Amino acid sequence: MRTKKILSGNEAIAEAVRQVDPDVMAAYPITPSTKIVETIAQFVADGLLSGEFVCPESEHSAMSVCIGAAAAGGRVMTATASQGLALMWEMLYIAAALRLPIVAAIANRALSAPINIHGDHSDMMGARDSGWIQIYSENCQEAYDNFIQAFRIAEHPEVATPVMVGLDGFIISHSMEPVWVEDDAAVKEFLGEYQPHYSLLDTSRQITIGSLDFTDYYFEHKRSQLAGIEKAPQVILEVGREFGQKFGRTYGFFEEYRLEDAEVAIIVLSSAAGTGKEAVDRLREEGLPVGLLKLRVFRPFPFKELAEVLKDKKAVAVLDRCVTPGAETAPVATEVKAALFAYEKRPFVVNYVYGLGGRDIKIEHFQEVARKLMEIAETNRVEQPFGYLNLRE
Amino acid sequence: MKKESWRELPIGGLNVHPGNSVSNLTGTWRSGKRPEFIPENCIQCLFCWLYCPHLAIQVKDGEVVGINYDYCTGCGLCAEECPAKKKAIVMVKEEIALQEGGGQ
Ligand code: SF4
Ligand code: SF4
Repeated sequence: MRTKKILSGNEAIAEAVRQVDPDVMAAYPITPSTKIVETIAQFVADGLLSGEFVCPESEHSAMSVCIGAAAAGGRVMTATASQGLALMWEMLYIAAALRLPIVAAIANRALSAPINIHGDHSDMMGARDSGWIQIYSENCQEAYDNFIQAFRIAEHPEVATPVMVGLDGFIISHSMEPVWVEDDAAVKEFLGEYQPHYSLLDTSRQITIGSLDFTDYYFEHKRSQLAGIEKAPQVILEVGREFGQKFGRTYGFFEEYRLEDAEVAIIVLSSAAGTGKEAVDRLREEGLPVGLLKLRVFRPFPFKELAEVLKDKKAVAVLDRCVTPGAETAPVATEVKAALFAYEKRPFVVNYVYGLGGRDIKIEHFQEVARKLMEIAETNRVEQPFGYLNLRE
Repeated sequence: MKKESWRELPIGGLNVHPGNSVSNLTGTWRSGKRPEFIPENCIQCLFCWLYCPHLAIQVKDGEVVGINYDYCTGCGLCAEECPAKKKAIVMVKEEIALQEGGGQ
């Protein structure tokens, strides 16, 4: 039976793990994802999980365990954040290249230095070229829903690519909200059986994984890896639709909020979208034609779909909870600009960095952005293409 | 051997022909020098066999009999490690070895 529980984002992920019951869970606890691992440990101790729970000595080892277990044909998960994800770095690329459908929950947190335990997207954004699919969650419910869908996406035979699901550190990982926890059996049914492409334990088929490639094969192998993430958009939509049919909450690449008739738009990921929607409502009351686009899937980036809904807007502001030192814009803005560049008629795009190290973003900041966008729309001029929100200048 | 296009390769860079490194003739990497085995100096300690990173030291019935130049990269470890009073493996310039008709 489906039940509504009061859960933190971390507990919502752990509930999803309990229902998925992976063959192997390997994680090294790190703030703000610790509670995921802790709750899983509790579930294991209570006999609610049948899989193997491995506590290695570091995140690098945790991802290595995941790779080994997935290469043995297992359904595998991990959870981490920030420095933990950074320490997994080289293994992330290997997991993706070996086409292992590992699912990771990332309680998004700033990277050191200075050391900071609060939420921003630097950790996952840094891993954006690792070959993993990236999905971001606005609230605890989405964290739960995304995590379950992640297995279906990752394990689709033509995708066979690992997925990381982000939930903002503390803002979502530690906030308690009512969350629909779907029926155990219904979740199992939704997941279906996982059929791995290969297993190191299958002695009837001798294989070597991760062997050496010279100049004559590496390029072809890299190209063939991309076939998985290229297939992902279609599968993400199918899975999101099926999830909706079964559980009543449908998912796509992004959510449009009062966007259709908007002249200017704000793009944002994860928890800040909630604040953004409230801001849009208030701005609409004032008569400003503002809409919001909440990006859910960052990798693969939904270039075409995003451009289609944005191309006729007058001005777009992309809010990034991450900064790319030395680049013209932060990661999301870079992608949005690239997506729109193919169109002759396209909106002005400005970029604001906000919320680094967990700094608040409030309704007034969205209002500030919206007013700037209206100014651009009216004057057809961009005075300042890049800026910061809620930063002491 | 025809090299596959990326579409023809097994998923995940899988090597479905384990042991196929025998087809990779690492001897083609050799440049400059090659080891030459001098049987009369050899004390059959098998150090060279132990140290050779390419399994290029040929052993028959527990005794070193020669060097497989298909795989010997000419790294010189065997000659360096050989403890015999008069070295039983010495590094020789490739062209001299070839002139003398040694190896392949
Ligand atoms: S030179 Fe190096 S590769 Fe060649 S036989 Fe000696 S140890 Fe082996
Ligand atoms: S190391 Fe020298 S002495 Fe020992 S087996 Fe090899 S060639 Fe002979």
